[in-house]
Amino acid sequence: MLENAIYGSRRYWIWIFFLLSIIGAGFLAYLYQFKYGLGVTGMSRDVSWGLYIGQFTFLVGVAASGVMVVLPYYLHNYKKFARLTILGEFLAIAAVIMCMLFIFVDLGQPLRVLNVILHPTPNSVMFYDMIVLSGYLMLNLIIGWTVLSAERKEVPPPKWVKPIIYLSIAWAPSIHTVTAFLYAGIPGKHLWMTAIMAARFLASAFAGGPALLILLAFIVRKYTRFDPGKEAIQSLAKIVTYCMILNVFFLGLEFFTAFYSQVPGHMHSFVYLYAGYHGYSQLVPIMWVSSILAVIALVMLIFPQIRKNETLLGVACLATFFSLWIDKGFGLVVGGFVPNSFEKITEYWPTIPEAIITMAVWAIGFLVLTILYKIAISVKEEVVFDKYGERQIKAE
Amino acid sequence: MDRREFLKIAGMSSLLGIGGFSVASTVRSDLEASQIKANPAALTAKRWAMVVDMSKFKTPEDYQKCIDACHRVHNVPTVTDNPKHEIKWLWTETYDHAFPGNEDKFLSEKIKHMPFLLLCNHCENPPCVRVCPTQATFKRKSDGIVMMDMHRCIGCRFCMAGCPYGARSFNYKNPRTHLDESKENREFPTRMKGVVEKCTLCYERLAHGLEPACVEAAKEVAVKNGTTPGLIFGDLEDPNSAVRKILSERFSIRRKPELGTGPSVYYVL
Amino acid sequence: MYNAGKIIIGILIFVGLVISPFLLSGEKATAKPDPKVDTPEIMKLPENERKCVESKEYMKAEHMTMLNDWRDWVVRDGMTIYTSKSGKEYNMSLQNTCMHCHSNKSKFCDECHNYAGVKPYCWDCHIAPKEKEK
Repeated sequence: MLENAIYGSRRYWIWIFFLLSIIGAGFLAYLYQFKYGLGVTGMSRDVSWGLYIGQFTFLVGVAASGVMVVLPYYLHNYKKFARLTILGEFLAIAAVIMCMLFIFVDLGQPLRVLNVILHPTPNSVMFYDMIVLSGYLMLNLIIGWTVLSAERKEVPPPKWVKPIIYLSIAWAPSIHTVTAFLYAGIPGKHLWMTAIMAARFLASAFAGGPALLILLAFIVRKYTRFDPGKEAIQSLAKIVTYCMILNVFFLGLEFFTAFYSQVPGHMHSFVYLYAGYHGYSQLVPIMWVSSILAVIALVMLIFPQIRKNETLLGVACLATFFSLWIDKGFGLVVGGFVPNSFEKITEYWPTIPEAIITMAVWAIGFLVLTILYKIAISVKEEVVFDKYGERQIKAE
Repeated sequence: MDRREFLKIAGMSSLLGIGGFSVASTVRSDLEASQIKANPAALTAKRWAMVVDMSKFKTPEDYQKCIDACHRVHNVPTVTDNPKHEIKWLWTETYDHAFPGNEDKFLSEKIKHMPFLLLCNHCENPPCVRVCPTQATFKRKSDGIVMMDMHRCIGCRFCMAGCPYGARSFNYKNPRTHLDESKENREFPTRMKGVVEKCTLCYERLAHGLEPACVEAAKEVAVKNGTTPGLIFGDLEDPNSAVRKILSERFSIRRKPELGTGPSVYYVL
Repeated sequence: MYNAGKIIIGILIFVGLVISPFLLSGEKATAKPDPKVDTPEIMKLPENERKCVESKEYMKAEHMTMLNDWRDWVVRDGMTIYTSKSGKEYNMSLQNTCMHCHSNKSKFCDECHNYAGVKPYCWDCHIAPKEKEK
């Protein structure tokens, strides 16, 4: 099946080489960072986690979102998702690979990364994060590959795949819950120490991930003959709508607790992020962009006339994705460190090497996604009909 | 045999081979635990603690002597080019910053501007130890010191996020670029880039019967000022120790005790 | 052979890449290691006391594991004194014990390490003794 990835149109190869060039630039930037240390990034003694960990935090949610199509289809026989599941599973694989790469580039001593396995530490959340991420990657690889091969051979998938699929459904919430626990159990960081951190991660994962999946489905429908299905996309859009409502609601809950209680420690990080604190306001513009995008997204998603229009739905999904990307991928992590433990402020902004490495990791993710999607779509284009007898490819 | 069977056999035998090899190699070392022991001259305690008596320090230079003693003995670099990459094991902060949450604009001006000496609190229940994924930072069972194993640290900086006191510094670049070779302490290593460091209560000095460098410097400061030392070091679990004596006589505060970390550094005014 | 030209060129490039480390390291890889133990600190000791912590054969084979064990005992277990097989006691420290006698890293440690092509990162942190320029 892999050979499907090396046959492609001119446009396909231009896209692949574009991604490879970004990856090449990022690799050189990483060599620079490896030689001189993480000082080439914008991180500091006060803000010791930055863009890399922020992106990892956001992508862990995107990875978990695969379960949003797998669960209805496999657990509740929601046949409409039949053509979407493989896209969701492969998106999860690409996202988890990006998560692991972001952690790797963030380490001060990356060559010692195996110490986490050589010296297991059951009291450390990061230890469990490594386990659940690796496990989820393997599960999705096994499931996606097996089910796709079975479809290619036009036979039902082997019986042993079913329990593994059920395991992956149970496993998916664990990856963003454990990642939320990285933050939620830290005493002294008031922005993070909230019981609903894991719930917030869930809501933003299941809004942002499916939003990306919808956009990918549109791209796939435009550039290939494969059609994931208009109804499937609409169902997914409803999921994005409700989860985005939940996400904004949870943020509102955080604001209420912070500002009604008037406890300074709870308020200060929010004040810094959304209004500026003691004259430091570097992140205020982007946090408001995130909020405005969230409102736009909600308006466009809630009204069915707008949601049913696929162009406008695409815009709404873009707004959702970028709103959450700023919030989880940057604001949450950096905001936790500002103000620092001494109520002093050191601001953070990524440097150019940091940005190049980040873009390269995204490019690697998109490369993996492109290759896997190319394989999946090539198989489905050959098979034509899915197992429910519906056409998978657009009629001529 | 078809290709599938061949691949299955090859995979199985490589797994067994690698597994067997790694088991065999773990039994290589023939050094025995009976060959090692602690230095009989070492200072021991069940729980080391420090009391910072602010009334015994007179000038800012007094505090700086303690800081310089610590940083010199441990080859802590003075990062001049980028304050974001600062490394400090012992430093001073004013009251509002040392004890956030206790601010009061009607506090005496003297207390507001006092430069409180801050260091790692060697907590009883340290969050940094809880979060470290490799046990590179760990709490010594013998005496409660929160230690750093620079060889094992992967530089993930989870401990820096976990510490509520901002006691930890990361080597964002090679620290030797900021060290003066002629002033190095050649009996103690430096660190390399990519690992976290902090005060380790001079475990290497305690092991040879010496007090921590800052405590020794505070003694010299006291001699100069004609007072008793401003840093009192001792065993909290020993009812007759110097720290227990001063704690029983004077009111003391600790940083953020409500977090349940159980800090071992006390401040008396 | 189909595509003989491309294949032969490919094989030549492959062979070139594989033997390039040997070609590039030249003298360093072929000169037999000759670690020198005639440092001033060793010469100060009377001849019958010029012994390392353990025997030469043991150290040659096991110094890596021994240093790892020392590291864990000192840093993680708080032990500092090592009793060698001959009964003598030593302070477990690379910088202060081993490098005290073997103060010529470039003529001792590096000799075998360069030959074997390994770069242990000990001295990124543990300060190597200053050597006189010869």
